This record gives sequence, structure tokens and C-alpha cells, in this order.
Amino acid sequence: MKVRVLVRPKAGILDPQGEAVRSALPALGFGGVQTVHVGRLIELELESADEVDAMCRRLLSNPTIEEYEWEVLS
Amino acid sequence: MGRPPNFLELSLFSVMWSEHCGYKNSRPLLKRFPNEGRRVLQGPGENAGVVSLGDGWALAFKMESHNHPSAVEPYEGAATGVGGIIRDILAMGARPVALLDSLRFGPLDEERNRYLFREVVRGIGGYGNAVGVPTVGGEVEFAAAYSGNPLVNAMCVGLIRQESLVRSRATGEGNLVVLLGSKTGRDGIHGATFASDELSEESESKRSNVQVGDPFCEKMLIECCLKLLDEDLLVSLQDLGAAGLTSSASEMAASGGVGIEIETERVPLREGGMEPWEVMISESQERMLAVVEPEKAEAVLEMAERYELVGAVVGRVAGHGDLRVLHDGEVVGTVPAEHLADAPVYEREVVRPAYLDEIPGLDLDTLPEPEDYNEVLLEMLAHPNLCSRRSIYGQYDHEVGTDTVVVPGADAAVMRIKGTTLGFALTTDGRGRHCYLDPRGGGAATVAEAYRNLSCVGAEPVAVTDCLNFGSPEKPDGYYQLSECIEGMARACEVFQTPVVSGNVSLFNETDRGAVYPTPTVGMVGVFEDVNRHATPGFKREGDMVILVGEPIGEARSPSLDGSEYLEIVHGKVAGIPPKPDLLAEKKYADLIRTFVTSGIVDTVHDLAGGGEFLALAEMVLAGGIGFEYGGEVERGELLYGGRGDAGLFGERGACFLVAVPESRWDDLQDALVGAAYDFIGYTGGDRFKAYDLIDLSLTELRHAYERDLFERHAPEGGHIG
Amino acid sequence: MRIGVTVFPGSNCDRDALYAVERLGAEPVELWHADPDLKGVDAVIVPGGFSYGDYLRPGAIARFARVMGPLERFAEEGGPVIGVCNGFQVLTEAHLLPGALLRNTSMRFVCDRVRVRVETNATPWTAALAPGDELTLPVAHNEGNFFADPETLARLEDEERVVLRYLENPNGSANDIAGVCNEGRNVVGVMPHPERVSDPALGSDEGLRLLRSVLVGAGV
Repeated sequence: MKVRVLVRPKAGILDPQGEAVRSALPALGFGGVQTVHVGRLIELELESADEVDAMCRRLLSNPTIEEYEWEVLS
Repeated sequence: MGRPPNFLELSLFSVMWSEHCGYKNSRPLLKRFPNEGRRVLQGPGENAGVVSLGDGWALAFKMESHNHPSAVEPYEGAATGVGGIIRDILAMGARPVALLDSLRFGPLDEERNRYLFREVVRGIGGYGNAVGVPTVGGEVEFAAAYSGNPLVNAMCVGLIRQESLVRSRATGEGNLVVLLGSKTGRDGIHGATFASDELSEESESKRSNVQVGDPFCEKMLIECCLKLLDEDLLVSLQDLGAAGLTSSASEMAASGGVGIEIETERVPLREGGMEPWEVMISESQERMLAVVEPEKAEAVLEMAERYELVGAVVGRVAGHGDLRVLHDGEVVGTVPAEHLADAPVYEREVVRPAYLDEIPGLDLDTLPEPEDYNEVLLEMLAHPNLCSRRSIYGQYDHEVGTDTVVVPGADAAVMRIKGTTLGFALTTDGRGRHCYLDPRGGGAATVAEAYRNLSCVGAEPVAVTDCLNFGSPEKPDGYYQLSECIEGMARACEVFQTPVVSGNVSLFNETDRGAVYPTPTVGMVGVFEDVNRHATPGFKREGDMVILVGEPIGEARSPSLDGSEYLEIVHGKVAGIPPKPDLLAEKKYADLIRTFVTSGIVDTVHDLAGGGEFLALAEMVLAGGIGFEYGGEVERGELLYGGRGDAGLFGERGACFLVAVPESRWDDLQDALVGAAYDFIGYTGGDRFKAYDLIDLSLTELRHAYERDLFERHAPEGGHIG
Repeated sequence: MRIGVTVFPGSNCDRDALYAVERLGAEPVELWHADPDLKGVDAVIVPGGFSYGDYLRPGAIARFARVMGPLERFAEEGGPVIGVCNGFQVLTEAHLLPGALLRNTSMRFVCDRVRVRVETNATPWTAALAPGDELTLPVAHNEGNFFADPETLARLEDEERVVLRYLENPNGSANDIAGVCNEGRNVVGVMPHPERVSDPALGSDEGLRLLRSVLVGAGV
């Protein structure tokens, strides 16, 4: 099966990458963007989704600064 | 061949006979360069040139362009340029120990140029920092001629024990050919032919041609190859660059006078369904090809595994002289290796272009003289072509390896060799505008500038690598510029006894706006017997005497505003022909200055370059954080040239240096100066730069102008002329 | 004294760290990431670089390397460990040190020399220094911006576990933190590179003043 994991900075964590993108958008003529957060998309192909949560906690995200969610694609 | 080539064979010829690999337009011209010398261990023809440093140590070095890939995808283009030149050095068996980058962009007031500049610098840092080779020097310049066609030239220097040098020639029928590094994908198919095309809208859509770099894999490849050589497991080694396996295998075969058979199905692939011709010309990065004796193959593959690399036997050395491609046991292409490595040569007629006779002369009488020289100096210090490079080199790790003695910001980088007193110095220089105004004079002046820069830090210049960045040689202007620049460089290299031992040619640097400035860039290396005796530009003590050393100002060698930075920055003009460099005077004075440093009399030296005497003095004040006041033996009136302050303060002249010494050393210095012309011009001290009623600025004001961030959102304007 | 230096794929300050150990007069020992033990060393330096290319997150993959098992036990038993730069990142990922290191606020790699103040000498890596001592040390990183939640930060300050503090903050670190230690005070992480200033030939050996502490503490 295919699983998609989304990792992003926790709310309130300084996100300089997101901030850089946010401030670059108006320069290109895209107005009205209030916030931008840049995260990471990880796609896994595996037999079972039983251990995805553990994978997220132990390796795919760093719980100190990031939160994650995942979904089964197919 | 005696028969028409099939599709695969045609593909091989098409990549190998491109300018990038075959040098078909430039080869006859390159013969003019001297390439032999006392210290030369390896001249052109290998992956890199090699010179001896003494005590059995040798330096391998080369510079290479990655202009076209960087124009299309600047981050990866620059990154893979760095990766590629590192592998050239590795192929000699040397440990890469330093990187330099010579960069040129269009003016920063254009968004596209800002993007290219920012991403190229990020790409160089992203690769160099991760791979653990310090970026110790380089240069950056902005001019409209480079808009949309940036020049990205990367130089790498490697250190090796002389007896450990390896060559790329394949030998020993029956020996195995092993591919090491990353897997092979479709990236960069026809990159070499792409690099030899003019840039157009269409190149945007060729984006898929640009390869992606993996510095992590490269780091593993460096450590793995050095370990394999250390354990004597390889016969020969070659990197895979432009034209991939085709180029590496045919060059290894041709230089060894043997054949090589490649079995494409044994090449580890990143994606399925690749055709044999794609496997042969793929430019996937981070790969090396080695020739290995059969009984050592297993040990080689085990080592690759230890370093988490892909390793595979992909072929063997054969008695025939062909590059033979097999797929599942069937021969799918056969080409004599020599043929591939020997592209046809075009010799063209050299015709003086009309533009050279149309360059406006500089009539000083029509040039308004500035009223406030403080303002002029600040304007020049703040210009992107003259301001501090800290915002660039601050993004490069220049200290990893703990051998960097003089970090970026001086005239040249200085490196040491651990456990010895030996060291070496490195610089890259280019003078595009000068070469445009006077190709031969500019070519010679480029080499002279490098020679001065190494001498400033106290190193003995020994050899040169170069990148020849030009427009289309198929146009008379482009071919003339190429030919004349080479002539000027070759003469300078002869006078300075600095042979050209490696290099690269990048032609067709044109956009629909025209060709770039003809810009040969020179990478020069110099040697220290005692690296502890070196000099830097910054003033070091209060109360030092400052001496200007160089031929006396006279009719023959006046400071000139023709084609100067001052003329372009302050008056927005590119006009006049800069004075012809006096190569004998350049050598005489540079060699003299070097003896001051190596004998320990002087530790503070800077040469006069763009912006003339006052820019150089301001840089020495800024680098040391100590002020300077004009005085000494030079009267106010002598600062003016032809009655003009601007010509005197900012006029440019060659073969001229500034040195600072404590008064206690003055007698020693005077003894050393016998036979040379010099002026005592003033003392260091305080926190202002003062020159009579002409200049009076505080360090704070100078810093405010000079220390600017070239990446700030609203990029500084400038460099828009020409 | 034998000091180990771990080498992960992509470490690039390992040779510099080994050289600094030599300059200290101690015996340098290379600890390959796949080694099953620490070869009996008395202290460990986890050096800088880009272990596993910094892919995923800096230090995230290295922390599962085989050598990390024995290293974690060594740390729990009170053995002196210092992580420098990427090594600091590895130790936070391994939860041997609190917090995390985020991208620099400038969004740029920063290579410079910065002044730092020693905040505590109650660690094996600063024992030879005095609180308030100032050092000029090189930094070279993309992710050196120390982050911890407010409670953790308050605890670090209360328990005097901030080891080095920037006098000029190059990366946006919370409370100008350049280095911290664990509760047991034997594990230290610092972003600046003491090993790079271990030789007067390069202009400074201030880094040795710091590293030498581990010899002093061991009575060498």
C-alpha cells in the first residue's frame, strides 16, 4: 500500500523557510498571503500501515519541533 | 571507420566532438600557451595539471566552467560544477583541499540576475560545504554583458605525495573496468552538446538536461577512492563528467593505447528501460571509473560497499583499440577510441572586429571633475564590483580541513601543509571589460593581476589553470577575441614563467542580447617555503609607515582612467583603452615585493587594482580597522595627476604595490628597495582615512558603504553599464 | 588519555577533530559508525559535517548508526561526550541533549568567527575555563538556531546548563545559546568549532583551551 506522511513545523515554532517564502511572494506580485509554512512530504510503499505512526515518531519527524499526519493513499 | 555509424555510435561522436569535450575551435589556439616548467609534473592532457611544492608534495589543480547549466538551473548548475571539478582532482589521486569560484552576473537591479546570483552562491555553498572541501577564494563581478549568461567557473586544488600520482590511462588486457559512485539515470543526456549551444528560450525547456548533485555521495566517493589508492587496489582512475561513460572510457582507452568493452546491462541503473546509448552518454553525477586487476576486484567492490556506494564491474580492457559497447552479449556499437578522443579541428581566419575601432576615446577635458571626493570614494566602495565580498564568502565554509591560513578577503588565499612549513597560495582573476576593450592587453593584464595577487601574500607563483569564457567562435568578433586574449595570456605566462597546466574552454556564451565580455579567467597557484611568512592587506599597527612601490609616475606609466572602475561607476562610461601592461615591470616589482614578505620585513601588502591607489588604501584601512593619513614625502599637489584629483586618486596602473612597516623596519626595507622606485606616503593610525583636503572619512562611514549585503531584498544598483 | 572521534558517512570535521586531539597530546581514536563498541576510549567527540547528507533532518539518520548504542550507554554512565555542530544536532536527535537546532533565521549558511562567553565550568569540557571567560570560535552551519520550549529553556537556565552563550548571535538561537549540557553535565553540545582553532599557525588555539578541559578533569 501507499502511505503519505506530512511533516510540518509545530504551531508557533519559528519557521524561517516559511517566512522567506511568505516575504518572497509579494515581490512576485502575489498579494494577500498571511502565513506560509514549509514542511516535508514523505511517500512510503509498504505491506502494512501498522508501524507508520512509530516511524513518524522515531525518525520521520522530530517531535520537539515538528508535528505529523499520515494517510493511506491506496 | 569505413562504414556509416549506427545510432549509438553517432550519439558517441555527437557528445565527444562537441566543443565542450573536443575543443574543436580552440585546440590550435591553446597550443600557444607555454606548459612546461621546473615544477610541472603534469601538463595539459590529464584530468588536472600537477606541480611540485617541494619535499615530495604536489598540487593538482584545474578550473572548469559550468556556465550554461547555471544559466538554466543556477543552484544545481553551480553545485554540479563544484562536484565535477572535485572529481577531476580526485582522478589524479589527490585529496581535494580547496575550492575557488570565479563568478560573473548581469547587474543586480534585474530580478533574473539577482536570482541567478543568489542561487549560484547557494549552490556552491550547498555542495562545497557538505562535501567538506573549504571554499577559500574567488571573485565576483557584475556587468550588463553577463545578463542572462552568467559565468560560473569553479577551481579545485588537491594535495598529493608526488609518488602517489595516478593517471587515467587504461592498461593490461583483461583488467576489469569498475564503475563506482551513484547509479546511472537519464540525467544530463546531451549535456555536453547543450553546453556548446547558444542560450535561447528553447534552453529553458531543456531543463531536464541539468543534473542534480549529491554532495553526500561525492564525499563518500572521495574517501573511498583515496582509500582504494592508498591500498594500491587500482591501476588507473578517471572521473565521469561531460559525455559520461563514453568520454571516460574512450579517453582511458585512447591514452593507454588499448580498447575498452562496456557491458551496459551491468551498469547499475536508477530507472528502468534505459537504452544502451542512454547508459553510455548519461551524465549522472558522482561517478568514477577505475581499471582494476581481476584479483583485486572483490576488494574494490567491498570497499565501495563500506562507503555505501554502488560499485560494479561494467567491462574490461581489451587488446583492440576500440570502445566497444555490448548489451546482453551482443555488440551494439564499436568505435576506435582514438577517433572519439580526437575531434576534428577548425582553424579560422582572425579578423579584427569593427567595434574595436569604434570604442570612444576618453577625453578628460569633457569629464567633469567631482567636487566632493569623499562622496566619490564612498560611492565606489559601495558598488557591487568593489564592495566587501563577506556576504558571499560568509555562506561558504572556508575553514573545514584546518589548513586555511589566510581566509577570503585578502589578495589570495593561503593554505598550509600540516606537519611541514610548506604552504601554497591561490587566486582567481578575470578582467572582462578590459579584454573587451583590448583583448590582447586584457589577456596579459589578467595574468599579471594573478601574479601580483600571489606575490602580495608572499607566494612564488608557479603555474596557471584557466577557463576561457567567450562568445561564438563562429562569429569573427568572438574568434578574434579568443585568439587575441590567448596571445596576451601566453606572452604574460612566458614572461612570468607560469606555465598553463590545465584548463577548459567555454564558447557560445551568447544570448539574444549578444555575447558576454570575452572573459578568460585565470587560476594561479603559488608556493611558500615557509608559510608562516605571509602578508595580508589589512593595516596591523598604529604608526606604521606606508610605502607606495612601483615605477615612478611619468609619461610612460601614468595612472589611467581609460576603461577604469571610476569611469564606469561614477560617470557611467566604458571608454578608452587601458594602458598596455608592462610585463617586465610587473614581474620586477612583484618579485621584489615577495622578497620583503619572505624575508620577514613586511607583513602588510596590497596591490593597486580596480579603483586605483585610494581604493587600495581604503581596503587596507577597512581590513585592518586602523586609519591612515596621507603625508610623508607626497605633497598634496603630487596627488593630482595632470591637475586632476580623480586621475590621481582613482587612476589605475599596473606593477604597483602598497606596503606598511613599523618605523623600526624602515632601514631594512630601504636596503631591500635599492634599485626600485618608491614613495613614503603616510602613517597608519587613528580611525579616519585622510588625505589633505581631498578625503576625510571615518572608519564607520567607510564600513557603512563597504560592508553591504549583496543579497538584500532591494539589491544595490550598479554594474549596469557595458 | 584516549579520545574517540565518531565518523558517520558524511562527517567532514572528523579529521580536524582527530588532529585537535593530537594537538592536545591525547591519543586520537577513530570510531567508525558501524563499529560495535567504543574501543575503550575515555571520551568521545561527535564531530561536525553533514552526516548522511543532512537528509531528512541534520543528525536524524546518524543517531541510529550502530556506534550510537554504545555511545548512549557511555553517556548514561557519565562518560564525557561533546558534540560539535552536526555532532550537536546528532546528540539532540538522540535525546542525549535537550532541544533542537533549526534553520538559521537568516536562511543562509553562516561561516564566521564569533565571540562566545563561557557560562559554566561545571562540565568536563569547560572545567579548565572560568565562567565569564570569552573565546572567539569559528561557526559554520545552516541549522544552528537552538530551540527548546519555554519550560525547557527556563530549566536549562535555572540549572546552569547553558555552557556557551553567543556575544553576537549568528543564527537566531534562543537566549543566545551556543552550547548546552545534559542533566548529568557530562554530555555537551556546541555549535562553534573548537577543533578548528587548535593551532597558532592558523591564528588561534583558543579551541584547545576548551578541549583541554577533558584532560584536566581526568587528571592528565
